[in-house]
Amino acid sequence: MISVLDLVDVGLAVVGRQILHDINLHVLPGEIHAILGMNGTGKSTLASVIMGLSGFSPTSGKVVFQGEDITALSISGRAKRGITLAWQEPARFEGLTVGEYLELGRHGSPGGGPPPGECLLMVGLPPDRYLQRTVDATLSGGERKRVELASVLSMEPRLSILDEPDSGIDALSLNRILDAVRILARNGASVLLITHQNEIAASADRASSLCGGTILKTGDPLAIGRFFRNHCRECPHGSVPHGEVPLHE
Amino acid sequence: MSDYTKEFLAMSKAYEASGGDPASLSDGRIAGLMVSHRRILRSNDAPGVRIEGEETPTGVKAKITVDPGVHVERPVHLCFGVLPKEGTQEIVSEFLVGEGAKASFLAHCVFPNAVKVRHVMDARIHVGKHASLEYSETHYHGEEGGVEVLPTARITIGEGGSYRSLFKLVQGAAGELRIDYEADIGKDALCELDARVYGKRNDAIRIKESLFLNGEKSRGLAKSRIVASDHCTSEVVGEAVGNAPGARGHVDCVEIVRGKDARVSAVPRLLVTDDRAKLTHEAAIGSVDKKQVETLMARGLTEEESVDVVVRGILR
Repeated sequence: MISVLDLVDVGLAVVGRQILHDINLHVLPGEIHAILGMNGTGKSTLASVIMGLSGFSPTSGKVVFQGEDITALSISGRAKRGITLAWQEPARFEGLTVGEYLELGRHGSPGGGPPPGECLLMVGLPPDRYLQRTVDATLSGGERKRVELASVLSMEPRLSILDEPDSGIDALSLNRILDAVRILARNGASVLLITHQNEIAASADRASSLCGGTILKTGDPLAIGRFFRNHCRECPHGSVPHGEVPLHE
Repeated sequence: MSDYTKEFLAMSKAYEASGGDPASLSDGRIAGLMVSHRRILRSNDAPGVRIEGEETPTGVKAKITVDPGVHVERPVHLCFGVLPKEGTQEIVSEFLVGEGAKASFLAHCVFPNAVKVRHVMDARIHVGKHASLEYSETHYHGEEGGVEVLPTARITIGEGGSYRSLFKLVQGAAGELRIDYEADIGKDALCELDARVYGKRNDAIRIKESLFLNGEKSRGLAKSRIVASDHCTSEVVGEAVGNAPGARGHVDCVEIVRGKDARVSAVPRLLVTDDRAKLTHEAAIGSVDKKQVETLMARGLTEEESVDVVVRGILR
């Protein structure tokens, strides 16, 4: 099967420090692909590289989306091709209502995307209570993350990168978020689900384990989860330098 | 058509352009005052609201009284403007909101053709015990930038009273703007001062908002949102003085710079004279937040569109 996303030998060095090493990752159409790793192993950095955020241009290798090399493409250019990112801690916006925010997401969808109210329902937020709320500090962390996911849904993306959608979320909200992830996949989108929790990764079709800025294994999420549970530990300095990773089979 | 009618219609048109509803200016149920340059075009009372206006050689003197206990159902509409390219307008006003009264005011200041216009607003505002006043002032300026706007307000808020003001100048060129608001906040009273301005070209903006938290458990917020582009300069002074036990004050300033030639500064001044008072401040000045912009770009907006969305939001 032809991949939607291919990372080919992707490396990233920041101020002389190597954060990602020779990443090779292939995400298939319609699959939920979990990236499992401890804090500081490069998961969010990987998300930033794929989305093309400023300061995260690969220093080696390339990012290929649906057969096109997008390594040099802007964030907007990637979004227009169907890639989007839900941040681990989403930005807040003064004076922008939830309804308007979700409309902006639809703007990025070639087909227009579902209306804001529908997207809110998909993440379990009642539209009558949320459409007029402002996307600012008055939303709790959990509400903001659900709104972020609703915004992703409104784009009908081909590839959604969800950076730790489970962090800071209660159990009930988490179920809603996982339901929304399944909706994305059911609609044919691929989902890159970044997490440090085995239980979340278990909901994926495939998983890759990331450690010290490199992919160690890719395969069945339960097997990857077992590997993660048995071998991984907190990286002591945020990111373990390549070659010093002590936890492999 | 008489000169009066022509002027009234021209002011109504400018009022509408500033976001006002012109029908409200001729609605007999709505209290209001319309001043064109130095001429009172309309003054209308409503039950419990009295407006006494007097033309002066330089503008208008007005006293607006809301009787004690009256809850004014429809906002009082005020419209001040100068239609010619040049002129000076001085509005000396006094607002008295009686004990237990509740009212809101919608003020629109319109200078659509200004090349050399000076607008001075000198207000004394007294909010009585347990009374509430909301005052919203929206400016509509032409693009020439030839306006000098000097609003000054001295506000006193009685025990348990509240005063909230919103000053908006986001349409047209700000010109030279110097806001000076000072509030004396009584026991259990609340004051919120909020200013939002979009400065362009050579606009010069100076905002001073001062909260004197003189009453026990008084609360105050001095908030400002400024966007400065081109060669605009902006200075915001947010001041809070905690003089009483349990007083709480917060100064909140955001100034966004667009382009390399604009200059902004924020100066918070906090003074506590009672060790049971607490004051805080936060300021963010500089470029638009990168994460906000990138979030919107990840939804398909261009960088410029994303910045516009952020800027429009904070000035809303």
